[in-house]
Amino acid sequence: MTKRCWAVAVLVAAMLATAACGSDSSADGGSSTSAPGGQMVLATTTSTRDTGLLDTLVPAFEHAGKCSVKTVAVGSGQAIDLGARGQADVLLVHSPDAEKTFMAQGHGASRLAVMHNDFVLLGPPADPAKVSHAGGVVPALQAIADAKASFASRADDSGTNAKELKLWKQAGITPSGSWYIKTGQGMGPTLTIASQKRAYTLSDRGTFLATKNLDSKILVQGGQPLQNPYHVIVVKHSGTNVGCAQAFSRWITGAPTQRVIAGFGKRQYGQALFHPDAGAQ
Amino acid sequence: MSAPPGAALVWELVGRTAAVSLSATAIAMLIGVPAGTALGLLRFRGRRAAATAVNTGMALPTVVVGLVVALVLFRSGPLGSLDLIYTVRGMIIAQVLIAAPLITGITMAAIQALPEELPDQLRALGANRRQLVTRLWLEARLPLLAAVMAGFGHAVSEVGAVTMVGGNIHGQTQVLTTAIVEDVGKGDFRPALVYGAVLLALAFAVNAVLTSVQQRGAAWARS
Repeated sequence: MTKRCWAVAVLVAAMLATAACGSDSSADGGSSTSAPGGQMVLATTTSTRDTGLLDTLVPAFEHAGKCSVKTVAVGSGQAIDLGARGQADVLLVHSPDAEKTFMAQGHGASRLAVMHNDFVLLGPPADPAKVSHAGGVVPALQAIADAKASFASRADDSGTNAKELKLWKQAGITPSGSWYIKTGQGMGPTLTIASQKRAYTLSDRGTFLATKNLDSKILVQGGQPLQNPYHVIVVKHSGTNVGCAQAFSRWITGAPTQRVIAGFGKRQYGQALFHPDAGAQ
Repeated sequence: MSAPPGAALVWELVGRTAAVSLSATAIAMLIGVPAGTALGLLRFRGRRAAATAVNTGMALPTVVVGLVVALVLFRSGPLGSLDLIYTVRGMIIAQVLIAAPLITGITMAAIQALPEELPDQLRALGANRRQLVTRLWLEARLPLLAAVMAGFGHAVSEVGAVTMVGGNIHGQTQVLTTAIVEDVGKGDFRPALVYGAVLLALAFAVNAVLTSVQQRGAAWARS
């Protein structure tokens, strides 16, 4: 009963959002009274914060409408958990398997591709396990385990951590022992620890480029196993600000924002950190 | 959804937390009690500036201590060759710097709170410097033990510095406070609550011992 009510409310809000977006194509034109407003909680991953992307996107979104955004940057695992408990209105996450479970359990109203970046395997420039010649990330991990070379893992249930564990599984290895360093922290601190301990680690490219004072080098990159797709999910839960969440979902996948994402980081890092994906699916 | 942490892990964390914070408190005591006594007793140029510095140190944000210690201990830092970053010894260094100003400051106040004429009386009775200081410490033992308890409490409960200097590495430098932050970060509240309760129990145990010493001393002094 209540579920159906909400479905209707979501639909109405979506239609209102569409109408609002359609009426002011110049983003900060006169906003209509039917535009969604209020406070919205965006649960996202540390990588979008650590790279500075959120600092660019969130104020622009707030400026374009009446929604004020409270950002919670945590691991993808916790972000998804916040969504499942109705503590967040919209998610911007990169943990495809967990996202699919989330949608299958009926916690999400919509899930759209936003952008992707890629993972890179980093290590000390001396490359003691000779992973740069291993030919791909999976053989590289096997070489690290064979050499018992230090590897820093976030071990924090984040999207990056999920990716890392999946790659170890593909390599047929259950990493353990003193060479496998579990930091239990976000990407930034883990990169610093890996650099200081001359350990290998898996990172998204953006956070690696945005983190300063690292000695580590990219040793393995490219290829399908290292892709890192981000999706925006509108949470379906009683009490959430569906209007703003829908507006955010539509805004971030819209052409102007996608262009901003494509250009983000080019000036500061000499390369784009994220590649827009909206409309790809 | 979340299982309670295994007993082996809890004991490992309690052991490491106690080892780090108790040794840091012991070292901070060896530094802070003599330093605070000197500041409380002696009259020298710059004493007031030193006292102000110590009192400021009592309010030193622990993350600032962590930042500075980490920068010094990083491979690129001045003491990088000692390989202390992300080690238990590095964490002890950070906690010594956190606890020492507290112990120094409270000791200084305790010594100054003694009757002003006491040092002169003791000297008139023929006490040498060592006897004088020992007597003053005995007189001030209640606030001195309070100083040690405050130092331990500050060291064992802080999280910023041990994270930065220790790295929260599982099985190596993870302590109760950093484990709590990690589990909350994962949305895993049950183990975090267990660690919180255990941390409280550890603080209670340590303070129970110190308090019993303190109060027994008080009873002895009255009899």
